[in-house]
Amino acid sequence: MLIFMVRRFGTMVLTMLVVSILVFLLLEINVESVATKVLGPYTSQEQREIWLRENGYFDPAIWRYLRWLGNFVIGDFGDSVRFKVPVSDVLWPRLGNTGILGGIALLIASIIGLTLGVIAGMREGGFRDRAVSVSAILTTSVPEFASAVFLSVIFVFNLQLLPGTSGMAEGFDLAQLVLPVAVLVIYDWGYIARMTRASMAEVMMTHYIRTAVLKGLPYGQVIRRHALRNALIAPFTVIMLQINWLLSGVIVVEVAFAYKGFGSLLYEASLNQDIYLIEACAMVAVFVAVMTQTLADIGYTYLNPRIRFS
Amino acid sequence: MTDQAVSVPRRESPLLRLAKGAALIRESAVGMIGLGIVVFWVAVAILAPLLAPFPPNQPVMPMATPGMAAPTGETFWLGTDHLGRDILSRIIHGSRQVLLYAPLATFCAYLVGIPMGLAAGYRRGLVDDILSFIANVILSFPVLVLYIIIIATIGASGSNIVIAVTFASAPGIMRIVRGLVLDLRNREYVFAAETRGETPWRIMLVEILPNARGPLIVDACLRLGYVVITIGTLGFLGLGLPPPDPDWGGMVSETRQFAMFMPHMAIFPCIAISSLVLGFNLLADGLREVSLRD
Amino acid sequence: MDSQAKSFDGPVLECRDLCISYFTRAGEIPAVIDFNMTLEQGGSIGLVGESGCGKSTVAMAIMRYLGGNGAIVGGQVFYKGRDMATFSEEELRQLRGNEIAMVYQEPMASLNPSMTLGRQLMEVPLCHENISEEEAYKRARQMLADVNLPDPDRIMSVYPHQISGGQQQRVVIAMALLSNPSLLLLDEPTTALDVTVEAGIIELIGQIAEKFNTSMVYISHNLGLILETCDRVNVMYSGVVVESGTVTEVFDHMRHPYTKGLFGCIPLPGASKTARPLVPIRGQLPLPHQRPPGCYFGPRCDFFQKGVCDREGLGMTSVPNEPGHDVRCRRWQEIDWDSYHPEGVGAGEMEPGEVVLSIDDMKKYYELTDNSIAALISGKRVRYVKANESISFDARSCQTVAIVGESGCGKSTFAKVLMGLETATDGKVVFNGKDISQEEVQKRTPEQIGSMQMVFQNPFDTLNPSHTVGSQLARVIRKFGVEKNKDRIEQRVMELLDLVKLPREFARRRPRQLSGGQKQRVGIARAFAGNPTTVVADEPVSALDVSVQAAVTGLLMDIQKTYRTTLIFISHDLSLVRYLADRVVVMYLGHIVEQGTTDEVFAPPYHPYTEALLSAVPIADTSVEKTRIILEGNLPSVTNPPSGCVFNTRCPRKIGEICETQDPPVVEPTPGHQIACHLSREELARMKPVIVMAEEASPPAAE
Repeated sequence: MLIFMVRRFGTMVLTMLVVSILVFLLLEINVESVATKVLGPYTSQEQREIWLRENGYFDPAIWRYLRWLGNFVIGDFGDSVRFKVPVSDVLWPRLGNTGILGGIALLIASIIGLTLGVIAGMREGGFRDRAVSVSAILTTSVPEFASAVFLSVIFVFNLQLLPGTSGMAEGFDLAQLVLPVAVLVIYDWGYIARMTRASMAEVMMTHYIRTAVLKGLPYGQVIRRHALRNALIAPFTVIMLQINWLLSGVIVVEVAFAYKGFGSLLYEASLNQDIYLIEACAMVAVFVAVMTQTLADIGYTYLNPRIRFS
Repeated sequence: MTDQAVSVPRRESPLLRLAKGAALIRESAVGMIGLGIVVFWVAVAILAPLLAPFPPNQPVMPMATPGMAAPTGETFWLGTDHLGRDILSRIIHGSRQVLLYAPLATFCAYLVGIPMGLAAGYRRGLVDDILSFIANVILSFPVLVLYIIIIATIGASGSNIVIAVTFASAPGIMRIVRGLVLDLRNREYVFAAETRGETPWRIMLVEILPNARGPLIVDACLRLGYVVITIGTLGFLGLGLPPPDPDWGGMVSETRQFAMFMPHMAIFPCIAISSLVLGFNLLADGLREVSLRD
Repeated sequence: MDSQAKSFDGPVLECRDLCISYFTRAGEIPAVIDFNMTLEQGGSIGLVGESGCGKSTVAMAIMRYLGGNGAIVGGQVFYKGRDMATFSEEELRQLRGNEIAMVYQEPMASLNPSMTLGRQLMEVPLCHENISEEEAYKRARQMLADVNLPDPDRIMSVYPHQISGGQQQRVVIAMALLSNPSLLLLDEPTTALDVTVEAGIIELIGQIAEKFNTSMVYISHNLGLILETCDRVNVMYSGVVVESGTVTEVFDHMRHPYTKGLFGCIPLPGASKTARPLVPIRGQLPLPHQRPPGCYFGPRCDFFQKGVCDREGLGMTSVPNEPGHDVRCRRWQEIDWDSYHPEGVGAGEMEPGEVVLSIDDMKKYYELTDNSIAALISGKRVRYVKANESISFDARSCQTVAIVGESGCGKSTFAKVLMGLETATDGKVVFNGKDISQEEVQKRTPEQIGSMQMVFQNPFDTLNPSHTVGSQLARVIRKFGVEKNKDRIEQRVMELLDLVKLPREFARRRPRQLSGGQKQRVGIARAFAGNPTTVVADEPVSALDVSVQAAVTGLLMDIQKTYRTTLIFISHDLSLVRYLADRVVVMYLGHIVEQGTTDEVFAPPYHPYTEALLSAVPIADTSVEKTRIILEGNLPSVTNPPSGCVFNTRCPRKIGEICETQDPPVVEPTPGHQIACHLSREELARMKPVIVMAEEASPPAAE
């Protein structure tokens, strides 16, 4: 088990290295375009060259890469062109905001998805199964921006129950979180429910469930102790991997509701060609994604006795 | 033992086989509904110039509500947007973009992902390690982050979207194919082919791949739906096709600000895109149901 | 259950006119019809039949666990006198695991992989009786000791995948017995296990039946097992019982043509491929929704009489003077078994010819890199799995050489080396004059490949489901360069289908439209497409029903005689091996422990492993007496084989330290018969035969 964990973390580090190389190659290799993006298109050639020389951009690529990487590791992401402050000043608070948004959404979506998935999978083909499946299909067919529009029209404009944007200008306001969370939950619960349902249905068909029933165990005990224990291993991994999806999903939601989070930050950065900010966002996003993937892998191995003790 | 003349077996043409296979969908109500929706939109896309009452990019009468009449006498069935363009015509023409690029992008993604998955699953060893590592690296980017970076780097255009989608989807397809191949390669008929000395690529393409077609077809439908959503989202974020060509997602982002008093401008494109994705999802569900019964 | 019911005095289980059906989209499909059975306390009844006869369905019906689409549509089941239909759900739940317990076919799949074995065992008494956790633990641990499991404390704390198949089944049996049930249902409990492990489980079941006076219903397709475990037997065919009676009555004085047919299909010690060949049952099992009117066995019966046998309303009739022996046949009294001599398949002498295949000291080692911390420290990272060690034997044309052994003996590795999917680590494999031990299949010429082909084990998987039968055969013909012209290829496909006695129109069909036996025939056709000199058959009939086995085996032998092919027959079924092999090679853990002609190997002197194997094989012949030899311990791991003689950890005839330290020498009691053992010639000569036939050599006949 220990060896496995060490190996997985090693793979994680290797992945991050490769990703960093990719990001570097995509965004920093062309020094001219970097200078143009940082200084703006209205500067002259000489001004750009001076700046490039000052910042070490004429050094060999490999040194630039290692310096760049080193800076990243210690948390120095450079300065944001758009916001005119160090990137870290903007990045971490926004990341925290997204954490709140995503965390609440994931929690709610998981609870709904797991519960409905288990209920649906318990009797495959039954009425509840069909109902849950159809609902899941319906909700995963509506893109996030579409459900944002629908919900806004209903709750903000018609019923006037909730605020239209979630800028949180006057401090934390729970009401402003409702719609963004709702959009994320609506889209995501269906996926979790479908995975859980499939896992549960598969477990209910196994021979060991038959053994448990024919041992005379009460049905509740069969479900709780025998079925769930095995059926929830796969959904656990799925939920961990949803964090990766959420980093993507929040972008649309934050843009739609003007929520000051990581997603809208990345979006603004890409619109403004704010190169250091883009790099930082990309690296942080990938880091979070790879970390959750690794933890999911380790968790799955831990929860599955067949792999853990082999 | 029968004593009959040598009868040459008539081999069924592959087209006939495909038609028979496709007809199976009739057994699933859900699948039929999905198929109907998809066929509807495909028809709309093909017949767009005939169906659309107005040219999609021509401003006629701004801020018309649905049902209002145009100066020329036709009706704005779905109203007009803030620049005066007929929404119904824009939706009809917008379907062309979606139904051109989504299947194209998905097809390219499969073209890349299937051989990768076959090689990784059948050959194992170093090939598998390298391909899986590459796939993991790409998949560790949150999808939209990846798209934003790619589009920000290479620019937004129809073909670039296809490239971006292919790049982002191929690893996922590779993983699915790899999983299927890992299971199928242990079958005895694969072992039999190996004892005959068949080449690995022949085994992968002729022995293994045809038996994976069920789950792959279902995945293709689901993925089509997902790519439609992606194209729409990119359009919403302004990273899709450049204006003024109608792009459902772009239509929503342009008209969102007017939703307070003129919601129809944003709602109809949302309904359009949702219905198309619903069609693909229902079709996929129906196909899965049918393949399980077989 | 209250104590009054527990001390009931009549039969434990009684089924009256039981009818069970499945309800699918295609309508109602009857699975079991008109089933009657009475089980007295302490008795044991066997339900025997082939696939689709409904025996497992009966067990599920007794447990009232027919799933969503099955239901009892007629008749009753009485448990200790009470109609089970009157039990409430809660009462049924209390019965299960407590009064009626079950043992299943696949032990690994029947145990929860995420729960320790101790916990799974303790659940049974904890939920049925009012005892504490410590008490439950002690009881479970004691039961593990009672089923002869070593180190019960360890087993209590591990997960199912950490113990072997045989041990898992013992745990399942322990779990069934924990609350001292009155009725034990066993559904093919040993089918998934090796023969020597099976023998241990059978012995355990016998001991339990005696000790606890449990009544048993034993379900199996293996007549020999039924003979060893049951008092009474019901023979089932297509959902009905066709004959029922005590074991002696049914085995020695059978009346029903199907029962007779079944026994004719089984290779008993008296059968021989030259003098008394197997007689397959012609025709096919009817589909459940297409049963013929009247007697279901009619279309396949040699005694079928139109107007008599196809009249509806066929019931059981009793045999006079044999109370309890019933037959479902209208004509049984008219049948004179003495004058019935059906023709067997694949009969005839075959003269072996030149040596075609010669294996000389072949070794195959696999490299295992061990990445655990312990290995890193000790520096021993590379270990060897000695899958095949010092394999040497010859095979001639028109000869059948059988390779016998249980799982892990190395026979599949051997097949892979022969076919070129692996190369030998050392030694020679000379085929048609050329050493192919280092030639991978990719490097062999098409003629070479076509010259040695294989018939595989699992008919349901052996053909690619996506292509037609004809196209698959055509591909093989093209690949081996037999024909190139399109029409000639089609012609050859037809010829191959004729060869395996399949209708020509099958060429257009897809595998899923064929039955298991038909698919295996296509597999045989495929192997012979390239006119091979040698065919390696890896358990070709193990997955088929008994009646189909005989037909396919006969077909194989027929073709072999026509083409003078060498047949390398890999199997674990010793009865079949004795029937059709000329020479036998016995393998254990990668080594050949004994080889010789069939007669030599099946008679003393034996290698101790062969002796135990022979004693373990169930034989469906009441006149046979077997010495009981049970092997202790588990099969050692292939990565860590014992030193010296690999069999020494389990050998009942172990001499002493010499067996652990020195490799055994090869002794030849008669030229050509080799035994690798430390026992002296005198001790070998003193060995008694394991299987002793009764005085009369004639097969069991009906009177």
